[in-house]
Amino acid sequence: MSTETEGRARPRAWATWALVAVAAALAALPLLIGAGSHLEEPFAGADGQAEETIQEIAPSYEPWFSPLYEAPSGEIESGLFALQAAVGAGIIGYALGVLRTRRRAGPAPEPADPGGGDGRAPAADS
Amino acid sequence: MHIAEGFLPPVHAAAWTAAAAPFVVHGVASLTRAVRADPDAKLLLGASGAFCFVLSALKIPSVTGSCSHPTGVGLGAVLFRPPVMAALGTITLLFQALLLAHGGLTTLGANVFSMAVVGPWVGYAAYRAVRALTARMSESASLGAGVFAAAFAASLSTYTVTSLQLALAFPDAAGGVGGAFVKFASIFSITQVPLSVIEGLVTVVIVRLLTTVGRDQLLRLGVLRGSGPAQPATSGEAV
Repeated sequence: MSTETEGRARPRAWATWALVAVAAALAALPLLIGAGSHLEEPFAGADGQAEETIQEIAPSYEPWFSPLYEAPSGEIESGLFALQAAVGAGIIGYALGVLRTRRRAGPAPEPADPGGGDGRAPAADS
Repeated sequence: MHIAEGFLPPVHAAAWTAAAAPFVVHGVASLTRAVRADPDAKLLLGASGAFCFVLSALKIPSVTGSCSHPTGVGLGAVLFRPPVMAALGTITLLFQALLLAHGGLTTLGANVFSMAVVGPWVGYAAYRAVRALTARMSESASLGAGVFAAAFAASLSTYTVTSLQLALAFPDAAGGVGGAFVKFASIFSITQVPLSVIEGLVTVVIVRLLTTVGRDQLLRLGVLRGSGPAQPATSGEAV
């Protein structure tokens, strides 16, 4: 990351990395302290636990509709989850890349004035 | 926060769908309006939707010994206001309902209401409140605090609404709706507290990156406060 001293309020790279590190540590902490080890099924999904609680509260309740498509195995399901994350991450990376390139190319043909303060741009025109 | 397919009684499913539908319709209209008003915004709109896509795919362990996922709706709520997230969040939930058997079509309304309606609005309210309270701090600290609050509040409120929805549908024999709410909230909301902190931090990281590379865009959206180097704050719209 470049450390230009242009204007103010350009986030410092080290602080950004520190935030990433804290987030990662928070995610890893439950695993490190073995927060799930006293449970039958450690680190089960909360969604599934809620389903169990529903069956406890209302044992006679039968789900009246079932998913149209259910991944035939855990492998395929995790693949689809990875696909979801990959598509999202790809788009974010693309957006950051485009913005960065634009910034490097200089203040080229920016059409609109930055609406300062609380005024939000996408309101006028229809 | 996904209520599984078929796990809400038909009347509840219909009611939540009816409650969520106007927000989604309004959200789609705001989305198209935002794109028309500023075609350049497409890039960040895409990124906001994509952020929701990524975060809601990540199951993260929590200190309660269970796993859950962030929602990712705070970012878009801050950048483009909550209505847009009603549309973008619905896309994510629909994808998961159709392909991943997470959530479902009958419970889509309820899930949209918690994650794509209440979450973004609560997050946005938290953002505005924190921004007002921290107005005297430096812009980057104030923005960071506001964004953190938005993502944290959006994530936690989403799961709290889910708990409430389940409690209304399945009141506890002994404790009634309140008793059931405590049960569901102890599964969802408590698990979600550390995850909401993580979500807050990650959202701040993204906004910091955007501030670095897309300062003009954030200024134009009114997310970054003006007072930049010699830019008069005339909001003239030249197209």
